[in-house]
Amino acid sequence: MAKASASAKPSGKLLEIRDLKIEATVYPPGEAPRDIVIVDGVSLTLERGKVLGLIGESGAGKSTIGLSAMGYGRGGVRITGGEVLINGRDILKGGIGGLRKLRGKEVCYVAQSAAAAFNPAHKLMDQVVEAAMLHGVANRAEAERRAVALFRKLSLPNPEVIGRRYPHQVSGGQLQRVMTAMALCSEPDLIVFDEPTTALDVTTQIDVLAAIKDAIRDTGVAALYITHDLAVVAQVSDEIMVLRHGKLVEWGGTQQIIREPRQEYTNQLVSVHRIEHQEKMPGKEPLLSVANVTAAYGGGMVDVLKNVSVDIHPGQTLAVVGESGSGKSTLARAITGLLPPREGSITFDGRTLPAKLANRSKDDLRELQMIYQMADVAMNPRQTVGTIIGRPLEFYFGMRGAERDRRVAELLEEIEMGKGFLDRYPAELSGGQKQRVCIARALAAKPKLIICDEVTSALDPLVANGILKLLLNLQAVENVAYLFITHDIATVRAIADSIAVMYRGAVVRYGPKSQVLTPPFDDYTDLLLSSVPEMEVGWLEKAIAGRRMEAAGN
Amino acid sequence: MSPILTLIAQRIALGVLLLFAVSVLIFAGTQILPGDVAQSILGQSATPEALANLRKELGLNDPAIVRYFSWLGGVLTGDLGTALTTRQPIASTLMPRLWNTLFLAFWAAIVSVPLAVMLGLLAVRYRNGPIDKAISGFALASTSLPEFFIGYLLIFFVAVKMQWFPSISTVYGGMPLADKLNAIVLPATVLVLVVLAHMMRMTRAAILNVMQSAYIETAELKGLSSFDIIRKHAFPNAIAPIVNVIMLNLAFLIVGVVVVEVIFVYPGMGQYLVDHVSKRDVPVVQAVGLIFAAVYIGLNIIADIAAILANPRLRHPK
Repeated sequence: MAKASASAKPSGKLLEIRDLKIEATVYPPGEAPRDIVIVDGVSLTLERGKVLGLIGESGAGKSTIGLSAMGYGRGGVRITGGEVLINGRDILKGGIGGLRKLRGKEVCYVAQSAAAAFNPAHKLMDQVVEAAMLHGVANRAEAERRAVALFRKLSLPNPEVIGRRYPHQVSGGQLQRVMTAMALCSEPDLIVFDEPTTALDVTTQIDVLAAIKDAIRDTGVAALYITHDLAVVAQVSDEIMVLRHGKLVEWGGTQQIIREPRQEYTNQLVSVHRIEHQEKMPGKEPLLSVANVTAAYGGGMVDVLKNVSVDIHPGQTLAVVGESGSGKSTLARAITGLLPPREGSITFDGRTLPAKLANRSKDDLRELQMIYQMADVAMNPRQTVGTIIGRPLEFYFGMRGAERDRRVAELLEEIEMGKGFLDRYPAELSGGQKQRVCIARALAAKPKLIICDEVTSALDPLVANGILKLLLNLQAVENVAYLFITHDIATVRAIADSIAVMYRGAVVRYGPKSQVLTPPFDDYTDLLLSSVPEMEVGWLEKAIAGRRMEAAGN
Repeated sequence: MSPILTLIAQRIALGVLLLFAVSVLIFAGTQILPGDVAQSILGQSATPEALANLRKELGLNDPAIVRYFSWLGGVLTGDLGTALTTRQPIASTLMPRLWNTLFLAFWAAIVSVPLAVMLGLLAVRYRNGPIDKAISGFALASTSLPEFFIGYLLIFFVAVKMQWFPSISTVYGGMPLADKLNAIVLPATVLVLVVLAHMMRMTRAAILNVMQSAYIETAELKGLSSFDIIRKHAFPNAIAPIVNVIMLNLAFLIVGVVVVEVIFVYPGMGQYLVDHVSKRDVPVVQAVGLIFAAVYIGLNIIADIAAILANPRLRHPK
């Protein structure tokens, strides 16, 4: 598939960004709109055929810089200064007409969520060849031939016919690869990969990552690879640029950044997730005992939970791991009574819980709280932090007035936020702060068990780390147990006392953490563990070579 | 059966059921109305014997349920009953008028639907700019003016002052198509102006909603022009809400034309309905009511089916 012209292309600078400045207008509630600087004085160069990784937390400006290579500002963002040179010409000077000729031809884009980035109304093939035809790179037949070859190269199943499908008929991991094929179809000089594997399961991520890496190598295209996961970017990049608050922190070769970071911030990113957690031994009586639970959606056609039995002990953490669709969240729904099990029983604190939510007592509800992945949609945007945290106090304990306010202040103290946040609205909080408020709301009910459903998945590594530390501290103080649902093994290591590995609705491995994470492994646990990217150049090839089974998402 | 056929069959069955329910309502409604049909036929001076005889002849002494089913049976076999005032069978008088109303509605729809959708697309393309504001302002102004006012304005300027088109829209059987079209230009224009804004605004809103989607950004980053993005990537995903509003407006074109037909003395259903309502001719009111209900329900079923077909998830299950 490698283009004949790829090797013949002159080497040298493909992309050069000089002193880039990007601004946006924000509209804070109750204040006059003001301009903020998102990217400030960033310069970079990229050689032909090379891959530069842009890394940083959310708000670091990495996507904004990536999109500036296409002269695009997302959501009213404006490029207000600097130059963006592609193939030696400043694309910011060509007007919108010039940019349209560039986009989809010289520079292509791969988005984070291919599921959202494909138009649901059109077949995949129509979308894949659209840019190539629009820019006259190829006619329809030629473009389709090229697309099929790319599908094959990216290891998509049925490459000849997959283009006839609609986006909803293809899995997330496959869509991400189709999107990569779409970007490569018009044979661009540069592709901007914007977190292309972040939304995928680890087991799927490794396949997509390998496919992208091969495609980059074989076509000789240059790439900007944007991610917040240093271990991922280490697998594909020649160089890495670390960004923070729209400014450059450090720029160097991949090996240098991950082995000998020169800046303190880079060092923090490299050493994230090193929480030491001493595993606690199970007590005599479990707090929650799930016994032989089988549950199904939609009138019992397909069992989504199959004979699941797990225990959680007071003040301890059970981590439930597995890829999406393995039944982790369904287990939480069965425990909370949202999905009454078809068979089996759930015992909590010595009593059997009624299967249906409606039949549970107020204390049953109070002692079993939940925290969700998306903190911002789990809160009413029109209520202040004080109201949100005060609500369970009123509902469960009948607290009013000064008594409630005092308790809310205490809870804010516990989540390390302080009284200043009482009158803030969720929109005025950062992602980590929102999740802290959700934790405080759960704690307000004085629960014995909190179900944490992927609570750190949407957060940046450093912020997620802070949340994990907070949860561990709160456990020590309040003796609350956690059922921790996650697909991230690093999180599991940091917080769990025992682990249940789920695969297609069943628990395939269950026991104390030390035991579950010690070989010999079953095939699925092995796949799960070996798919977690490690911060080491060449890990990807080793991991792929050593695999014993395919990911379920394939 | 594929899920999509099941869905469509369900919609149609529901529509038929609804139509029966409406027929019960129409029948019940006309029964509750005060007044005696026999009295209104024979007038105030009729003798009690004559009234009793006529009641018996018309079957007015039967229980309501019997009369409902005999009426329904007639409707299902194409017999809409006899008009009290003229003693003519309703079906044969009504059919040509129904065709006239459909003729007027058809031409108004042919002009207004594409025009509204195009204006909606243009408004999105130049959103918040002067073109968008001009389109929205014009459409809203034309909708806010009552149709009789627009009608008289057109009659005064276009028919009387400039004498381009006739102010009275007379059509009859055997009239050449060109003459017919010439006759309905003014009422059709009024109807277009009345329904345009609603459809245009909905097209604009539905597409603007879709324009927030990530796949619009994808299209933008492929280098597509703004109008192509709206036409190829936004419009197909906004069809369902647009079709719904279009169908509601088409129903209005058929059902809501009463005033316009009266102004232009157009021999359609509206004129016929108004004449007979004022004479308390209950069988005619029932028949016209049922036809209007059937039009409404039928067009809304079409809108539902179009929305189902427009959804690729339903058209192409996994």
